Amino acid sequence: MWSYVLKRHHILRLTDLQGGANVGTMLYNRDHFLERLNLPDTLKAQHTAKLTTGFVLYSDMGRLLCSIVADSCGWHDPLSGHSNRKLLEQKYGPSRYQEARNDFYRNAHDQFLIELGKWGLGKPDLVANVNFFSKVTVNEQGSMQFVPNNSRPGDYVELRAEMNVLVILNTCPHPMDPNPAYQPRPVALMVYPSPPVAGDDECRTSCEENVRGSILTDALFR
Amino acid sequence: MSALIYHESKLDPANAIHDHVLPSGLGWMHEIKAGQTFRIVDLEGNQAVDTLFYNAHDRADRYSLQDTIRAQGNIYLTTGSSLLSSEGSVLLTIVADTCGRHDTLGGACAAESNQVRYAIEKKHMHNCRDTFLLTIAESAGGYTKRDVTHNINFFMNVPVTPEGKLTFADGVSDKGRYVEMRAEMDVVCLISNCPQLNNPCNAYNPTPVRLLIWD
Repeated sequence: MWSYVLKRHHILRLTDLQGGANVGTMLYNRDHFLERLNLPDTLKAQHTAKLTTGFVLYSDMGRLLCSIVADSCGWHDPLSGHSNRKLLEQKYGPSRYQEARNDFYRNAHDQFLIELGKWGLGKPDLVANVNFFSKVTVNEQGSMQFVPNNSRPGDYVELRAEMNVLVILNTCPHPMDPNPAYQPRPVALMVYPSPPVAGDDECRTSCEENVRGSILTDALFR
Repeated sequence: MSALIYHESKLDPANAIHDHVLPSGLGWMHEIKAGQTFRIVDLEGNQAVDTLFYNAHDRADRYSLQDTIRAQGNIYLTTGSSLLSSEGSVLLTIVADTCGRHDTLGGACAAESNQVRYAIEKKHMHNCRDTFLLTIAESAGGYTKRDVTHNINFFMNVPVTPEGKLTFADGVSDKGRYVEMRAEMDVVCLISNCPQLNNPCNAYNPTPVRLLIWD
């Protein structure tokens, strides 16, 4: 698990080193934590049930937290949420520090609460999370299906911060991962300053909604 | 689980202990005790009802969109759906439904998201998040914006395609359709009867709904 302040116009690159990784992620406006990632607003503004290049992650105040500026994977999951202690026990059996030491099975719910706690945030601050590198499709009857092998070794996704963003993430397995063994995959994290953001930037202009969202975001920094 | 499991209720409104018509644009916040049954009636058809539930004794334990849909493996709510909390408890079970396809992904409209979705100049238009904030401000429970999380939209139709597209489509509901649920624990229900005029979630005509509770 990890938390980090990604400053505006800096890029966070997540790289799936072995394939099959999952990165559960929540985002907050660093300068005002009450403003936070809102996935329903994100999905309905962009008419999407998946995330990839060209899409942005909206806060609940009509502003862009991050733009997805590069993606070699093609689909990231905004629907399925994250694992918890009960789910892990049912899937993988009991696992305690006493017996397993640092190999004890870590669930995403606990990981989120721990990192949030470092910033003075808690249960009421949990939001619907993104699962980077994972794919879950929905059929005409509404049934959700986890699609294995979505992300290959070396696949990466890049998030450009459009404001100062508190990033909270962990690499716990996806809650619908069919792997019968608890095997979280390693992810590399890199941060670097973004090239200047052009007027015709792909994410900011990918739809009229994002043009307006960009205007509202820029207003914070005038 | 499919999008609609049609099942009618045997309960008679004459026996309800609470019976209230809520006009569009207004909010409602009310406790529903374990074992009680709660019904929302779409009186005139295709009215979106933005709904949240909380553990009455711990508002940090509240309706969880992602846990609910993942546990049932389906994005639509209908008869048999368990509304799960963030702590993994069952808040309510839907026991009757004459509409189906109740939306879990669309969330509430807000002044700021309306600016993004429609026009910067539309900030003034009445919206569900405003109603939620006003209703909780006037309640005794100490709820704040942090407690206003991702809500259900009863009677609203938000189809998702296998390719990952999502739209706000014309509703599948009709005059008199209802959804009914049994509280499995003491809960607080917070509703905004949606005033949105910019998309078809209310068929461009927000209308009242009827709320009933039985012992």
